[in-house]
Amino acid sequence: MLSNKEKMLIVEIWESLTPVAEEIGADALLRMFACFPGSKTYFSHLDISRGSPHLLSHGKKIVLALAEGSKDISQLIVTLTPLQIMHAYQLRIDPTNFKLLSHCMLVALSCLMRDDFTAVAHAAMDKYLSAFAAVLAEKYR
Amino acid sequence: MPENSVSADLQTGSDKMVEWTDFERDTIKDIFSRIEYDVVGPAALARCLVVYPWTQRYFGGFGNLYNAAAIKGNPMVSKHGTTIMHGLDRAVKNLDDIENTYTELSVLHSEKLHVDPDNFKLLADCVTIVVAAQLGKEFTGEVQAAFQKFLAVVVSSLGRQYH
Repeated sequence: MLSNKEKMLIVEIWESLTPVAEEIGADALLRMFACFPGSKTYFSHLDISRGSPHLLSHGKKIVLALAEGSKDISQLIVTLTPLQIMHAYQLRIDPTNFKLLSHCMLVALSCLMRDDFTAVAHAAMDKYLSAFAAVLAEKYR
Repeated sequence: MPENSVSADLQTGSDKMVEWTDFERDTIKDIFSRIEYDVVGPAALARCLVVYPWTQRYFGGFGNLYNAAAIKGNPMVSKHGTTIMHGLDRAVKNLDDIENTYTELSVLHSEKLHVDPDNFKLLADCVTIVVAAQLGKEFTGEVQAAFQKFLAVVVSSLGRQYH
């Protein structure tokens, strides 16, 4: 459950990160691949080495989707419908992995924002990422 | 490998030994030599109580945990956070026998404190994020992986004596 203050904080953070969407997205993905090697199995068709165009473009997509969703959290189910369909019927990524990427996204944010990634910002962002992941998995079954 | 993994456990007496690469050992020791226990500990525990408010159930005697500012400024939270870091230090000094190092602590958390072991993972994640903020860019994916492996062994050892 997100308060209005938290929603504003989340929008603020993603707005500030949109210019570096590639970098932060790629960083979060690389962390996930290093810490949870099973997640790499979904990327066997791509070059996911550090700096690769695939990794950067994929990281960017993810961050931009997160930023877009944050603009109206109450409408996540509408905003994410195309992504829901893609993940449920085409990608079929086991939803446990959403938690892993969310965690790595939080770590990436912490490394970048340092003291500015306060406990309150962390709590808000964790809640948002959980909500996002839940909506993403909704059409799975 | 016997099919019944439970009996394999009982036969060996303990879990298979955790193996650490040189990189992992060096990384873990390096991190702990660089962080300030009385900064990271309090910050991590406070963060856990804020991000996962249900964990406050174990800290009824700690006084004011009403909001993030109160939690951050609470001296009992700070003291306990530091204690936790010194507890982790024991594992750093005994990387090859973390399980036995934590036998008593595991019993304490189970039988006296009645802490759901799922909470250990929540606190571990908060420690990771606080250390990440401390080290910034130097907390690379590889460093994170080593640190998380260490915390996973700690968490598992703390949950070992529950029954």
